[in-house]
Amino acid sequence: MSTGQLIGNGIAAFLTLCIFSFLYKDNPFYKFAERLVAGVATGYFTMLLFWTNFIPKVWEPLYERHEIIYIIPTILGIIMWTRFSKKWAWVSRYSIAFYIGIGSGVAVTLALYTYLFKQLQATIAFPISMDVAGINQLLVVVAVLASLIYFFFSTPHKGAFGVASKLGIYVIMIGFGAGFGLTVMGRIALLVNRVIFLKGYLIALFGG
Amino acid sequence: MDRVKFLIPTFILFIIAISCVPAAAADIVADSAIAILPPNVSDVIVSDKPNDPGGTLVVEWILPDSAALAAMPIKGVNIYLSGNHDGPFELITSLPKSALHYECSDLQDGESYYFKVTATANGLESDGITSAAGIPSGQWFNTERLPILIVVILFSITAITFIIKARGGYDFYVRPIAGIKAVDEAIGRATEMGRPILYVPGLGSAADVATIAAFTILARVAKKVVEYNTRVIVPNYDPVVMAICQEVVKEAYASAGKPELYDPKDVYFITQDQFPYTAAVNGVMLREKPATNFYMGMFYAESLVLAETGFVSGSIQIAGTDQLVQIPFFVSVCDFVLMGEELYAASAYLSREPQQLGTLKAQDLGKVTVVILIIIGVILSTIGMSGFANWFNVG
Repeated sequence: MSTGQLIGNGIAAFLTLCIFSFLYKDNPFYKFAERLVAGVATGYFTMLLFWTNFIPKVWEPLYERHEIIYIIPTILGIIMWTRFSKKWAWVSRYSIAFYIGIGSGVAVTLALYTYLFKQLQATIAFPISMDVAGINQLLVVVAVLASLIYFFFSTPHKGAFGVASKLGIYVIMIGFGAGFGLTVMGRIALLVNRVIFLKGYLIALFGG
Repeated sequence: MDRVKFLIPTFILFIIAISCVPAAAADIVADSAIAILPPNVSDVIVSDKPNDPGGTLVVEWILPDSAALAAMPIKGVNIYLSGNHDGPFELITSLPKSALHYECSDLQDGESYYFKVTATANGLESDGITSAAGIPSGQWFNTERLPILIVVILFSITAITFIIKARGGYDFYVRPIAGIKAVDEAIGRATEMGRPILYVPGLGSAADVATIAAFTILARVAKKVVEYNTRVIVPNYDPVVMAICQEVVKEAYASAGKPELYDPKDVYFITQDQFPYTAAVNGVMLREKPATNFYMGMFYAESLVLAETGFVSGSIQIAGTDQLVQIPFFVSVCDFVLMGEELYAASAYLSREPQQLGTLKAQDLGKVTVVILIIIGVILSTIGMSGFANWFNVG
């Protein structure tokens, strides 16, 4: 490892240990690392936003390609800055309304396509039969129906409806358990990666 | 002597003839080599790709007939592109012989493009067939997604009907949700302990459904906070979300007649980076020591980090998110969790606004419809009629 890499990795190792110190309790080292990462992230993303959003989506279309239509979203973006003025802050609501309206409109179509049509098609596409695949399909259908019943809010969950709802929450929790285990495995992998980094740095530092 | 005179020119002619044969044979061979090229494909058609935003043309062709292929089987095809019918053509891709069409994207809408398709075999290439001009263009409407439009229209009509009914005073029933009842208790607890409330609206944008539901619950929390004279801290990830949260909290104070008590420093922006934001919120939890933490909105990998820190600081925690992967973490650490649609139902239950109640009823009707469709679809698939399921396979 070169001297520059030793210094750079040393700073990374120090900051890693600062964040890990939080496991004990809040302390000045954690506070320092927290403030540093928040400040660096904000500065980095400000520049990233400038080069990946402002330049290709505002500067180039307006100044280089003379596509005047882009003046509309530019003005809407500038209007957002009125939030800093107590007198003119109300103007920014138009930009926010436009932003939420467009976003929701796009999201509705996408959500229906992904969460309704594709899921529905996948649930009913396979037949129920007495072989393994067929029994699996039966379990899937029963689990989906029970889960849907759990999220039904218009009637109290009593009687047969309550039993189906109870089955639904059990199915949901089984699914969550599987997801939990999978995600924890991923997190442990991240921790292992970080420990390997620290170990590698110590070896490089002390010339192992 | 006469015989010798006859033999000498004959011998000379013989030598000349022999030396010319390889050249003649080579010529014959060369002519044969030039003549034997792979058979051309036919019917090269170029058309604009339907239901796309533009810039894409589809090239289709037909392979040579079996007789031609038997004489010389082809191995693949080359696709050439040009802006002029007569070229020059540029090779854009080579495909196996099984390919019968190719989509060429990143083209300029309104411009004419010509494609030439050649067949290749054994290192040789046919002359190729040039297509007519193709002009890419975008379509305003994706006809493959017509079923989605139908569902949206039907849902909208249903929702509007229920909203009108709710506005007319009809009291729609919403089943109790455990996490909702805990909201008021948690706010009261914070007031008794003299500690603030922390409300984290998640890492989503203002256009995300979960974030919109978080705004409604924040309005309810802020209203209660004003009544109990408690402080609410709202650290934000997204600047637009921060702007809306400020409006929501300010409005709650104003409608309670105490606008002077609103402190804009309590609703602030931290950073738009996931883990720096998480680190900062953790710091807020340990320093401000809120009595109650609300996590409402979209969360990702930081969910467990936030919830564990809140647990360590001794706060009562109520979470609500539609991120399925993160719900298990909240369930394992928080006191109450609003899972998925319960978050949307909570905002309707708390606000009792006709728009939200009507929409919730429409969603429930939609669920009934989906249950019926599933039962019908499974029965039809089981008896061998798969066409019904294919209707939901939209593009």
